[in-house]
Amino acid sequence: MIAELGHFATIMALILALLGATVPHVGIARADSRLMTVADNTALGQFLMALIAFGALTYSYLISDFSVYAVAANSHTAKPLLYKIAGVWGNHEGSLLLWVLMLSLFAAALSVKGKKLPQRFRTRVIAVQSALVLGFLLFIVFTSNPFLRLDPAPIEGNGLNPLLQDPGLAFHPPMLYLGYVGLSVAFSFAVAALIEGEVTPLWARWVRPWTLVAWMFLTAGIILGSWWAYYELGWGGWWFWDPVENASFMPWLVATALLHSAIVVEKRDALKSWTILLSIVAFSFSLLGTFLVRSGVITSVHAFANDPARGVFILGFLVVVVGGSLALYAWRAPKLTPGGLFGLVSRESALVLNNVLLSTFAGVVLVGTLYPLFLEAANAGQISVGAPFFEYGAVVLMSPLIVALGFGPLLAWKRGRLPRAATTLLPAAIVALVVGLYVFWQSAGGILMTAFGLVLATWLLASVVLEIAERTQLFKNPSAFLRRVKGLPRASWGMSLAHTGVAVLLFGITISEAWTEEKLLVMEPGDTATVGDYDIRFDGVKPVVGPNFTAIEGYFFASHKTKGAIGTLDPQDRLYTDPVMNTTEASILSLASGDLYAVIGEAAGGGRWSVRLYFKPFVSGLWLGAALMVLGGFLSLSDRRLRIGAPKAKQVKAEA
Amino acid sequence: MQRFVPLVIVLSMFGLFFFMMTDEDRNPNEIKSVIIGKPAPTFSIPGLEPDAPALSSADLKTGQPVFVNFFASWCVPCRAEHESLMALAREHGARVIGIAYKDTPDRALAFLDELGDPFTKTGADLDGRVAIDWGVTGVPETFLVDGSGTVVYRHWGPIVGDGLEAKVLPALEAAK
Amino acid sequence: MMRAFTALLIAIAMSVAALSVAVDEKPLADPAKEAMARDLMKELRCVVCQNQSIEDSNADIARDLRQIVRERIAMGDTPDNVKAYLVDRYGDYVLLEPPFKKSTYFLWGSPFIFLGLVLYMVLRSRKAPVVPKPLSADEQAELEKILGKREEDK
Repeated sequence: MIAELGHFATIMALILALLGATVPHVGIARADSRLMTVADNTALGQFLMALIAFGALTYSYLISDFSVYAVAANSHTAKPLLYKIAGVWGNHEGSLLLWVLMLSLFAAALSVKGKKLPQRFRTRVIAVQSALVLGFLLFIVFTSNPFLRLDPAPIEGNGLNPLLQDPGLAFHPPMLYLGYVGLSVAFSFAVAALIEGEVTPLWARWVRPWTLVAWMFLTAGIILGSWWAYYELGWGGWWFWDPVENASFMPWLVATALLHSAIVVEKRDALKSWTILLSIVAFSFSLLGTFLVRSGVITSVHAFANDPARGVFILGFLVVVVGGSLALYAWRAPKLTPGGLFGLVSRESALVLNNVLLSTFAGVVLVGTLYPLFLEAANAGQISVGAPFFEYGAVVLMSPLIVALGFGPLLAWKRGRLPRAATTLLPAAIVALVVGLYVFWQSAGGILMTAFGLVLATWLLASVVLEIAERTQLFKNPSAFLRRVKGLPRASWGMSLAHTGVAVLLFGITISEAWTEEKLLVMEPGDTATVGDYDIRFDGVKPVVGPNFTAIEGYFFASHKTKGAIGTLDPQDRLYTDPVMNTTEASILSLASGDLYAVIGEAAGGGRWSVRLYFKPFVSGLWLGAALMVLGGFLSLSDRRLRIGAPKAKQVKAEA
Repeated sequence: MQRFVPLVIVLSMFGLFFFMMTDEDRNPNEIKSVIIGKPAPTFSIPGLEPDAPALSSADLKTGQPVFVNFFASWCVPCRAEHESLMALAREHGARVIGIAYKDTPDRALAFLDELGDPFTKTGADLDGRVAIDWGVTGVPETFLVDGSGTVVYRHWGPIVGDGLEAKVLPALEAAK
Repeated sequence: MMRAFTALLIAIAMSVAALSVAVDEKPLADPAKEAMARDLMKELRCVVCQNQSIEDSNADIARDLRQIVRERIAMGDTPDNVKAYLVDRYGDYVLLEPPFKKSTYFLWGSPFIFLGLVLYMVLRSRKAPVVPKPLSADEQAELEKILGKREEDK
């Protein structure tokens, strides 16, 4: 019954989306206000229906209704509650319904929060958004219906991959999807602007908060995935340049460029073409990611079951949405009036450089991800493109960006003065070089890349600090410092915090990669091994029973060479029953200086066990850096100046 | 003019995807074999049966095409393809040599007892090194070596469904 | 069918494999050689896994490949020799770092090629001065009318 209700709601949503995607355009053409309001009404209606559908599906999972095919294929009565819920979107059909729920949520939000937008424009935006909802609903209803029934219903479900039964992973997809889908708002704004034939600073002011929200979720979603991989996959890796990981990274790069580009449109009425293009491209990358996971074109740990038939449908959708919007761009771009001029050295130019480097890197990641496919199609052999290539791309393109990041905030609009900025930043350069040389010398000239990474990270951090000092006249006029600090707009703090986050992230990456210590050995109870400055004593194993697994748990005692006892580590080697799967659960002790990481493996006979121990210094920089970035975004978002829409025209009494 | 650049790039990319996706034979997990067209790798391994002679690459240079099938008793898809192997050997008169990958001879022989033995000769690749020399990534994989000892075809995965008719037999014909 | 086979293969590989990587394997006696071997392992792709090197992977075949790497390094092969050995068997796919050859020039050059292209487009659009479109006949007449009116008002 409930599943049928869900099915019905899905179809209702489809009808509403169809109306919402078509009628408002007619309304605009006829200047018929009532037809235009169809956009707002259907937006709310779609969301309601999507909510009911999603609720129905979730309910079916919660009560383990195995007569519903999706539930039987992906769930199990023994699964803990949280993972039953997470199982709703942990598969192809359910994740599509989540897309629809979020797309329609944003459409409804646009309708509610966008009341200050001129009606005609708002109607266009919502109509475009509804068209996106329509596309996904068509896909669901015709090829990927989660409400299909199984007759007879099986007694037990197929369970969910035990690797996915994890709190980090329960939240990773929804957050990521909020990011992906959030970019659809910028997309809809861009397409609407192209249809209307103009982009104004007001447009940018509207696009920025929505994009910022999407960017924040995307950042959080990506880093959550990395964090999950780090503690779940058992050897401390956190980024593998897997095609689907790349498919989340590319929209992030473009969204970052978009955020910065929109600033220029807002402040200087320039870079309109760039910004519109970035808005379209960012969401296109989101869609590309969805495509790659489901089409079977590329293999990936993230891939849902490969199904070329569905893949062709999504490809068609991509051609219409991405191809259509880019065709629209090609056609209407000349209508966008070129904006304010700016000098070769100016904040605008710095932001153009930012756009260029980020977009180029996104392009390089795309090429790397798809290159094996090109070669295969051209019968030119089979290669694999792994980390070495992407890291090379990152170094070539992101290093200049980090350097420019220091200068950018110090350059004035329209015409900046480089010598002046350079003088302000000279201390930063000096400190960075000192750090680099020290590291290089200390490691006997071994690790050039490490030194380079630390130079960049130090430079960035120091630049941010110096920029704040400059802005608050800390050194020139110390007495006014506090007053100025209070007066600094939140968006400015947001920027500084986010850029600091980048520096911290870079520190985390560089330090943990360079100085991780690893020991692989066979230990028996009583043995002690040393990693870093820590002694790890193996105290034995014990059997453990979980809700749907049995495990061997090793317990270790960690102490610092001089500071004494630190804590315990208890890695597990688990055997799940349904489906049968063997996994390792690493045990991590997060300390200020780094992570102690232990993995237990097979028995080596005679009471001895194979063990892998690590000390990873400052790996928390990764999580902390990302958190700072998200926090910075939040601060910017909370800046009242950004959230106010078009101020109501002041009513001035006409002179009598 | 440059406003058309993104559109052109994107449509080409989609074209590529479409081209790849509509190739029914394509399995993205498959690694293409690089030994096709090259002489079969040299090897020498003990036979499966207790008193059987060693199996070596010399057994492949008979002037007639011969199949080399890597299998294992613990391999479930190998059971699925066994029928096709029997058909190859019995109905089509093809020579099929079996190499048991990482399997104990007892278990491999029990497997053949149970399902039938299509192999003219068998060998035991106990440590899996021969498989690595052939570029095998998992079992089952089947190679076709022509009369001169050159590898001419590889079937990745089990020979099931229309695989026999559509691919293996034509390859055999071509090699004769 | 292929789907099932692949899933089964992975399940089999995972269930048969020992969990802890490289732990019951003996490292080489010579620490310098062992370090060379470990570095090399990080550059070789596990041929049945998704995006893992043989150093990271639990798969059975990864362990075999690790053994081969160790044996050959111990025998005196250089890392390049070992790579060539494996490429002979599995193709360029086994290298995580794509080789630098004709078919990959574009790949390796892409950061520079793309950067060059984009910068070119950006700089070109800067150079083009914004010339206002000439007025159409109607607009010209309109302008003259306004100007004429101003003259009258003066």
